[in-house]
Amino acid sequence: MQLFLESLFNGVAIGSVLLVAALGLAIVFGLMGVINLAHGELMMLGAYSTYITQLIFKQVSFLKPFYDSYVIVAIGIAFLVSGTVGILLERTVIRRLYGSPLETLLATWGVSLILQQFVRSVPLAYASGLVVALFFGLFSPLFISDDLLSGAKGRLIRACTWGFSSLLGVATGGILSSLVSKLSRASARNVDVTAPSWMRGGIDFVGITFPKTRLLIILITVVSVLVVIFFLDKTAWGMRIRAVTQNRPMSDCLGISTETVDIITFGIGSGLAGVAGVAVSLLGSVGPNVGGNYIVGCFMVVVLGGVGNLLGTILASFSIGIMTDLIGAGRLLTIWPDMPSPLASTIDFFATTSMARVMIFALIVIFLQFRPTGMFPQKGRMVES
Amino acid sequence: MKLSKRIFAGLATASLAVTVTACGGSDSSGNFDDTVTVGILHSLSGTMAISESTLVDTEKMAIEEINAAGGVTVDGKSYKIEYIVEDGASDWPTFAEKSKKLIDQDGVPVVFGGWTSASRKAMLPVYESKDAFLYYPIQYEAQECSNNIFYTGATPNQQSEPATDFMYKRSPAAGGDFFLVGSDYVFPRTSNTITKAQVKQLGGKVVGEDYLPLGNTEVAPIISKIKVALPDGGIIVNTLNGDQNVAFFKQIQDAGITPSNGYYVMNYSIAEEEISTIGPEFLEGHYGAWNYMMSIDTPASKKFAKSFKKRWGSDRVVADPQESAYNMVYLWKQAVEDAGTFDDNAVREALVGQTFDAPQGPVEVMANHHLSQTVRIGEINAEGGFTILEETGVVEPQAWNQKHPSSKGYACDWTDPKKGEKYRM
Repeated sequence: MQLFLESLFNGVAIGSVLLVAALGLAIVFGLMGVINLAHGELMMLGAYSTYITQLIFKQVSFLKPFYDSYVIVAIGIAFLVSGTVGILLERTVIRRLYGSPLETLLATWGVSLILQQFVRSVPLAYASGLVVALFFGLFSPLFISDDLLSGAKGRLIRACTWGFSSLLGVATGGILSSLVSKLSRASARNVDVTAPSWMRGGIDFVGITFPKTRLLIILITVVSVLVVIFFLDKTAWGMRIRAVTQNRPMSDCLGISTETVDIITFGIGSGLAGVAGVAVSLLGSVGPNVGGNYIVGCFMVVVLGGVGNLLGTILASFSIGIMTDLIGAGRLLTIWPDMPSPLASTIDFFATTSMARVMIFALIVIFLQFRPTGMFPQKGRMVES
Repeated sequence: MKLSKRIFAGLATASLAVTVTACGGSDSSGNFDDTVTVGILHSLSGTMAISESTLVDTEKMAIEEINAAGGVTVDGKSYKIEYIVEDGASDWPTFAEKSKKLIDQDGVPVVFGGWTSASRKAMLPVYESKDAFLYYPIQYEAQECSNNIFYTGATPNQQSEPATDFMYKRSPAAGGDFFLVGSDYVFPRTSNTITKAQVKQLGGKVVGEDYLPLGNTEVAPIISKIKVALPDGGIIVNTLNGDQNVAFFKQIQDAGITPSNGYYVMNYSIAEEEISTIGPEFLEGHYGAWNYMMSIDTPASKKFAKSFKKRWGSDRVVADPQESAYNMVYLWKQAVEDAGTFDDNAVREALVGQTFDAPQGPVEVMANHHLSQTVRIGEINAEGGFTILEETGVVEPQAWNQKHPSSKGYACDWTDPKKGEKYRM
């Protein structure tokens, strides 16, 4: 029983990291059909946001008493940062490439390289200034009435909002770099996020240690999934997104602004990548390459689960997680100690982290041979197919 | 025919002009009679840049120090050392290509370079075919002995063997079982093969072993394995690479694998630089083994750390790889002065037997092109440094490890033409 519980917990823990990382991709790739290779780098931006938030909470005197809760603030900030960069990416690159997956793939890969080099060679203080400027530049027109934004006068007002937001960005960059010296110099070195003390260590329960960071990641994952499901199923914009996914021209005819739907979908998908970045930063170090390590896993989960199906994504990530633990930690041998020797030696051979990966990839390939559309293929007639 | 003659004449004039300018240049350099240009070849971009750029900084500093003290004196003439820095770009074929460029095009007498074993393996055929000389500063898995490479880092018997001995006999977990963790490439696998043989000799037991693919940071399965294999604590030997250490130490602490619960980790790839990245709060109470540690309390060591901080910034630290890089520049200078020429073959002969008062203490170049050096075991403290617990005497290097089954009984000696790369002792 204890063994079963421990194995299940480990599987769920590994799976939830995969799930939270793949959730944004499931929306972007699953619903919009965009192969976004920069998804990992959006996660990386989320991880860096956590690092910056942590430093700000450490340095600024009136925030210091709340240091223990910086992780929760970081989740919101990471969502906004990655969402903003994602929307910028959609507006400038991806929008021009809808319907041509190969070009999107190449272009987003290029963007991922640019983002990696960006965090290496731009001081983080100024990088955050730039994001702040983008954020206000992109969103402030939403709060100005349409009358003001039309005509020649409108153009002037738009220019003014951009001017104002760039000033705000420059100010943010300046303040941050003078306040936190660590952010004022560019560095390719990996940085480190330290969890507040209440999140360190583990909880002992029925003889098993449950690491608190893992529990928090599972919590973040569950909440994100629930919010996404609620948003897609219960809200008006969620319904519009689903409508556009199923039949774009018809939704357009019925008066849904497909362009806005694209922006919202991509923004949410990217924002979720940021949330995943927070989770990942709690486990390892934060560096320019942190996202690249997860991108293959994310695509694997989405394809295995069935493109465009959230339930599939959830099941796929947990089954990969549990398999990783079962094979990689050699649990089958512990469960069944006197299995016949040829089988035992085979399992022993695969019971290392490297070989477990090989085994899981092989199993996924075999599975996709029989069900090329994944666990839960999208039912019904699609216009695209 | 006529044309080629003309070209030849033109070239001759041009080269004359170059010679004249070169002479003019050396006049203006003041105290020096001439200059000599050496090659520096490390990654300045890509994943290895973070580590390797510290070596470039150290080598530049050593060259500046030598120049400030009058340069290299050969045959009564003083030479100023100049350098060409090339970028290996964390890409192994690039290392080979840039080596060719440095040797053929720039005609440098020596190249200081490399970090990963993969980059060294890629460069080795180049130096052997051109009979040039590479100085390589990193602690590595050995099982190699080239006439054209000079290795100033530790071999396993100068790092992992004394460390295993310490862990099994004198650490708080003495007599406990071993679990070996490493990144999945040649150094951890070779090092662990040696450790396994040694633990067996000592009468101990290795209860598990796992390798994490490079770039992977999901260590949960390894943690489960450690808990199954070592339920009540024990010794963990860690050869993980760079970032993977961060994930490993953060997560084992959460899972209760800590010194206070009887788990002690011995690390072969964590120096002062890495401790500050990972955070001392995760590493306190675990161990490391190196030839040089910044906390060595001797004037030479303090001077080394002080001049590095002065040259590159007060927040910088020095660690074992940098010390090796520093030593090799000085050893090259001494060998050149003894040989009285920059010619590779003469320098190679003069190099063996050179001694140097390094920051770690005296080192000596042995006949197998490795250094005899001191080994230190340290406990990582809360300040991010090592508290030195043990110091061996000077340990001679074994290019062919005596515990590894494939090389037992073999040695390397380049001073005796009959022995060479690998001979049976």
